[in-house]
Amino acid sequence: MIGEGTLSTNQRKHSYVQERVEVGFFTDPSVCIGCKACEVACKEWNQVPDDGFTWSGNSYDNTGHLGASTWRHVMFLEQDRQKGNQVSGPMSLGDEDPFRWVFLSDVCKHCEEAGCLEACPTGSIVRTEVGSVLVQNDVCNGCGYCVVSCPFGVIDRRPQPLPDAGGAFKCTFCYDRQKSGLVPACAKVCPTESIVFGRLDDLRARGAERVQQLQQSGYRDAQLYDPTETSVRGIHAFFLILGEPEAYGLPPKPQVPTIYLKSAWTAAFATAIASIIATLAAFAFFS
Amino acid sequence: MTTEPRLEQLREKAWQDGVVPGRGVDVVGGPIPRKPGYYGQAVVKPPVWTWEIPLYFFFGGMAGMSAVIASGAVLSHHVDLARVAMWIAVIGGAFISPVLLILDLGRPHLFLNMLRVFKHRSAMSMGAWILTAFGACAVPGLIALELHTHQILPGALDQLLRVAAGIFIVAAAIFGTLLATYTGVLIGASAIPAWFLHRTLLPIHFGTAGLGSAAALLELIGHRIAPLHAIGFFAATVETGLLIWLSIDKHGAADRAIHEHGSGWLVRIGEILNGPVALGLRSFGFIPFAAISFLIGSLVSRIGWIAVGKVSGADPESVFAAEQYVLNHEND
Ligand code: SF4
Ligand code: SF4
Repeated sequence: MIGEGTLSTNQRKHSYVQERVEVGFFTDPSVCIGCKACEVACKEWNQVPDDGFTWSGNSYDNTGHLGASTWRHVMFLEQDRQKGNQVSGPMSLGDEDPFRWVFLSDVCKHCEEAGCLEACPTGSIVRTEVGSVLVQNDVCNGCGYCVVSCPFGVIDRRPQPLPDAGGAFKCTFCYDRQKSGLVPACAKVCPTESIVFGRLDDLRARGAERVQQLQQSGYRDAQLYDPTETSVRGIHAFFLILGEPEAYGLPPKPQVPTIYLKSAWTAAFATAIASIIATLAAFAFFS
Repeated sequence: MTTEPRLEQLREKAWQDGVVPGRGVDVVGGPIPRKPGYYGQAVVKPPVWTWEIPLYFFFGGMAGMSAVIASGAVLSHHVDLARVAMWIAVIGGAFISPVLLILDLGRPHLFLNMLRVFKHRSAMSMGAWILTAFGACAVPGLIALELHTHQILPGALDQLLRVAAGIFIVAAAIFGTLLATYTGVLIGASAIPAWFLHRTLLPIHFGTAGLGSAAALLELIGHRIAPLHAIGFFAATVETGLLIWLSIDKHGAADRAIHEHGSGWLVRIGEILNGPVALGLRSFGFIPFAAISFLIGSLVSRIGWIAVGKVSGADPESVFAAEQYVLNHEND
């Protein structure tokens, strides 16, 4: 949809919240130029504090990872593989020495079955009308259980002395903007429409089409990252990736931790009953 | 910080050996071995919990199971033992535990928000309610028991107190077993590989460690009676079994935090102290030493399991390996 100008779903006003339409992000690294405008727009709109200015040494990625104060994170992958039919540059040794750079803007996945939402004991994390997962800052008491319950390592507790420290934070899907018919800040600002915002069903169709298109033009390892077949049952912010998900720090088969509850509680109840029986027996037979 | 002399060193080493060990920038064709995943970064987030949580697991487990011992004592007319056990239950479960839990919160003043909702699919929510229910039963149970033992109220009312004490103590015992075991569910049903791979072992371990610690503390206070010895024996035997289970049930890279690193040592030392060591000492009649060994072991292993979570959560290869394991065993 590049070139659709103001008609693009990234630029026009919408009423998805009022119509209760499921929305999503489709993030496509094949057009990302690594400008980090999405990171900046997110920080500015949401007034997310800085979390330190350090050089990581990991390519041009000095952002680190998603966390309480990083809600968009542009990854810089350096791989010794060919990128599509790209011609090797003068700096490399041709086919013998393939090299590619991939940029991907990572974000909270807004899971269909969200580990953080299930885990939250205060009801601070809720599902919105548009299907996104939202943390209500004024309700969260910072118990930290969502942190270990997110299979993607997205949400985190904000440390002292940052503003609003102690609470858990992550991408809000710009719910505040969406309520007013605006597009999330990152998508609005993305100059190449690597981040596309729109109806989830449209985006899924668009993603599949894009994968096909890339495959035809030589990007044989292009695939969608949308774990619909695991207990997460799909994500609302899904990605196109080149190569395997591990290289992006994305779990290949994420599971929502609630699937472990049954066996854990069974063990707990069995232990509870066994303890009572053992204690009563000890008093009955040994006194 | 990479400084110029360090760069020189790196270049020299790379020139000589082709590989440079240690930290450094990981790039295609570079001399420093490439790290797994995305620059070796964590895939899931390690727990943010600090020292309060293992202590809470320790005191909560002990207090909860102390109420179970109290109800056994009440039923078999060991009134003095029941009183001491209920004091432990109340101090540990209604004061120390909530304080530790609140201290650990990022925003302690909002702790009451835990009781806004009841979510059976969140072990943290269930835990908050279990702790509340436990306190709400243990405190009146202790008060009724004390009033009854000191015969403060006249005849008929005293009979009523006796019944009330019994009911509250038994109710506290039931919530107490859950208080001691739910913590295993709490960390077992998470995204941390070394935790969720042992989600069946954890509640058994935490519950048994709680029961054994309660008996051990009561023995150390001076109640050297046969039933407590039997409970101590039972707990140490189960813990020994769990140690064997843990040593057999290995998952390679997926749960290496339990078998390697400092975290692995902590879990191992804890399990040895409250398993075979406590069992051996008890068999030879060194009851106070067995009790001390069990208490230390229970505390160390709780600290160890939280440390395991931090190591395992920070290890991207663990996450990848554990997911593969879950996938392979889903269809069993
Ligand atoms: S990616 Fe993590 S933080 Fe985002 S919705 Fe899913 S579980 Fe929650
Ligand atoms: S830290 Fe806040 S948002 Fe996360 S589970 Fe606890 S109360 Fe919920």
